[in-house]
Amino acid sequence: MNLEFSEDQKFVQHTARDFLAKNAGLDVCRKVLESPQATYDAALWKGVAEMGWLGAVVPESLGGAGLGYLELVLIAEEVGRALAPIPFSSSVYLATEALLLAGSAEQKKRWLPRLAAGEAIGCFALAEGAGDLEPTALATRFAGGRLTGEKLPVIDGEAAGVAVVVAQGERGTALALVDLSAPGVTRSGVESFDASRSLARISFRDAPAEALGAPGEGAALVDKLLDRAAVMMGFEQIGGAERAFDETREFALGRYAFGRPIASFQVIKHRLADLYAKIEIARSNGYYAAWALSSGSDELPLAAAGFRAAASDAFEAASQDMIQIHGGVGFTWEYDCHLFYRRAKWLSAALGTPTAWREKLIQRIEKRGAA
Amino acid sequence: MNFDDTPQEAAYRAKAHAWLASHCRKRDANEVAPNPLGEREDEGVIDRAKRWQATKFDEGWACLTWPKEYGGQALGRMESVIWGQEEGKFDTPPNIYAIGHGMLGPTLMAHGTDAQKKKYLRDMARGQVVWCQLFSEPDAGSDLAGLRTSATRKGDEWVLNGQKIWSTGAHYSDWGMIVTRTDPDAPKHAGLTYFILDMHSPGIEVRPIRQINGATGFNEVFFTDVRVPDSNRLGGVGDGWRVALTTLMNERVAIGGGAGSGRFRDLLKLARESRRNGRPAIEDAAVRQRLADFYIRSKGLQFTGYRTLSALSRGATPGPEGSIGKAVGAPLGQEMASFALELQGVMGGVVDESASPHEGVWQDMYLGAPGLRIAGGTDEILKNIIAERVLRLPPEVRVDKDRPFRDIPSGSVAK
Repeated sequence: MNLEFSEDQKFVQHTARDFLAKNAGLDVCRKVLESPQATYDAALWKGVAEMGWLGAVVPESLGGAGLGYLELVLIAEEVGRALAPIPFSSSVYLATEALLLAGSAEQKKRWLPRLAAGEAIGCFALAEGAGDLEPTALATRFAGGRLTGEKLPVIDGEAAGVAVVVAQGERGTALALVDLSAPGVTRSGVESFDASRSLARISFRDAPAEALGAPGEGAALVDKLLDRAAVMMGFEQIGGAERAFDETREFALGRYAFGRPIASFQVIKHRLADLYAKIEIARSNGYYAAWALSSGSDELPLAAAGFRAAASDAFEAASQDMIQIHGGVGFTWEYDCHLFYRRAKWLSAALGTPTAWREKLIQRIEKRGAA
Repeated sequence: MNFDDTPQEAAYRAKAHAWLASHCRKRDANEVAPNPLGEREDEGVIDRAKRWQATKFDEGWACLTWPKEYGGQALGRMESVIWGQEEGKFDTPPNIYAIGHGMLGPTLMAHGTDAQKKKYLRDMARGQVVWCQLFSEPDAGSDLAGLRTSATRKGDEWVLNGQKIWSTGAHYSDWGMIVTRTDPDAPKHAGLTYFILDMHSPGIEVRPIRQINGATGFNEVFFTDVRVPDSNRLGGVGDGWRVALTTLMNERVAIGGGAGSGRFRDLLKLARESRRNGRPAIEDAAVRQRLADFYIRSKGLQFTGYRTLSALSRGATPGPEGSIGKAVGAPLGQEMASFALELQGVMGGVVDESASPHEGVWQDMYLGAPGLRIAGGTDEILKNIIAERVLRLPPEVRVDKDRPFRDIPSGSVAK
């Protein structure tokens, strides 16, 4: 039995935490949030690329660091803890991951070194307006090397140079790889609920695109990709939840009312104890999911679904309690609580809601015929 | 990361499994797990439990972590966990030794004299004598250090007067461990002394308490001029609180919440068998959301346990995450049982074993669940412990801490 990260893996995590503490204070997140033009922090992105995180699991022969997913999820946790305003999830968990899963040797060689170096940013375009993230019944069409349709919202769609687009292909759902500088691609920003992370609308009109993965396997590939990304984003959410928890605990210890630190009141202590338990329950599901992801286990669909729902709920709860325990100042623009409150809900929506993942979880339990 | 046993662990597991298989019936994987709080009081059950313990002891499977000189096997906690997992797969009598072996034995080992250890531990391990814990009182539950049962020194003896309550198994126990007040002029934590007590002593009256589930697992125990030799004192005079803390530290490990993954499997089975809106309940979206939430929390507890085991397996001290087990598990068990009754619809009100889905086990569980949220530290006390010991938040304001015990105000003593 070993459901712990190794010392080497923890070292990677501590290095990431130190780097982000120096280079990604909450002022960096706030700067992007408050700037009408900025879609991400370019200096931080460059720094993260130099740290080798963008190509963490990309083979060294393709410009990556050749690390494993157990290292990558811990880096993701730190990215989440810093509320880093960078297109990390889109480029690393989704675009890079899609290429690693299904790219041809030539596609990998063309894009992975650039993605790993941060010279190109990748994004993932599935949604077509409101509703669950389902890779079926899509209006966007991919046929004969051309892509037509509209995707909304596309996370990091303005910043990206390359997109992995899910569309209706000639044989069912298909993934298309699109150079976003190609003719026939138009994009515009849409205002984001968490403006430290950007959203776009992208229209394709006979845009040149190439197939990613074998025909007829698109839907399965999307499921697999979403499961893998869910684990990584789940760790990002755990990092955010823990940061919100830590900041709230510090505040409660320093804030006095009725002649005592408010952290000495049982109502606050119990609230924090409940929140701690909720985060630990999510984290333990995360360790299981990280194991499944890194070992190629067929338990991944089950583990990813449970973890993603738990992590979404934990971060949302932490961000709500954060404002409540801060009281009035927590509701001001000046205090940082709203950065967490926005990010938590935004991440929860980004890759399918917790309700949708709980439904997937039960489908998968049923499919397996056991629990 | 992996979920595998080390080669040594695997070998031990195989050995344990083989021994169990040659001594008792293995439970069918699809069998609905019995309610761990089921009826325990009938004599037949106690006799069966004693026979099973003697067999285990005689063949080297009892009190695995205890030193050999006290009847144990000098093995690590990991082996003990593996044994527990394997024994759980078999149909064995209920464990009436959780308090003795899990809490009182370790207390005796930590604080007893050599003579005391020699006299009691081996018999405790073999289980032909049963031990109980006499801690809580009508006016001292969560606030245990406020206890009032008195012990007064008379030469080489102590004379006990007062009342204990919630003493599990006192009605079939031969020995007990009791905390008493020996100095009411000292501040409350300083005036306590801990004793080993012969439950067959004159002056002890045990009255079983009927619980809301109809079972009578625990008791009120009354003491009228009960004499205890000073040689049965455990630790120093006035040192009882420190000794009691050793017992309590071992308690929360012993009490689970009945919300393991086996319980989830049974709930899923029930959702398949039940009907809602003319279709199997499992097809209902609201049912599916609840089930998913139960699965996530059950698995979260299970994997939190695995994180603790991982530390034990490599010989390290587990992290603080283990402290959430009972605080999360006990309310979860209650929620799952409540939901199970809801799935049964009007049949939720039926406990008749011949008619009730799953033979009334969920009704039993629902009735037993409030007890688990109280026993061995209420939800509220556990949250205080997490808040203070794990999260390092300020301790409760204590208005009674440095005053002589006799000056501390109290409400009227309940019956």
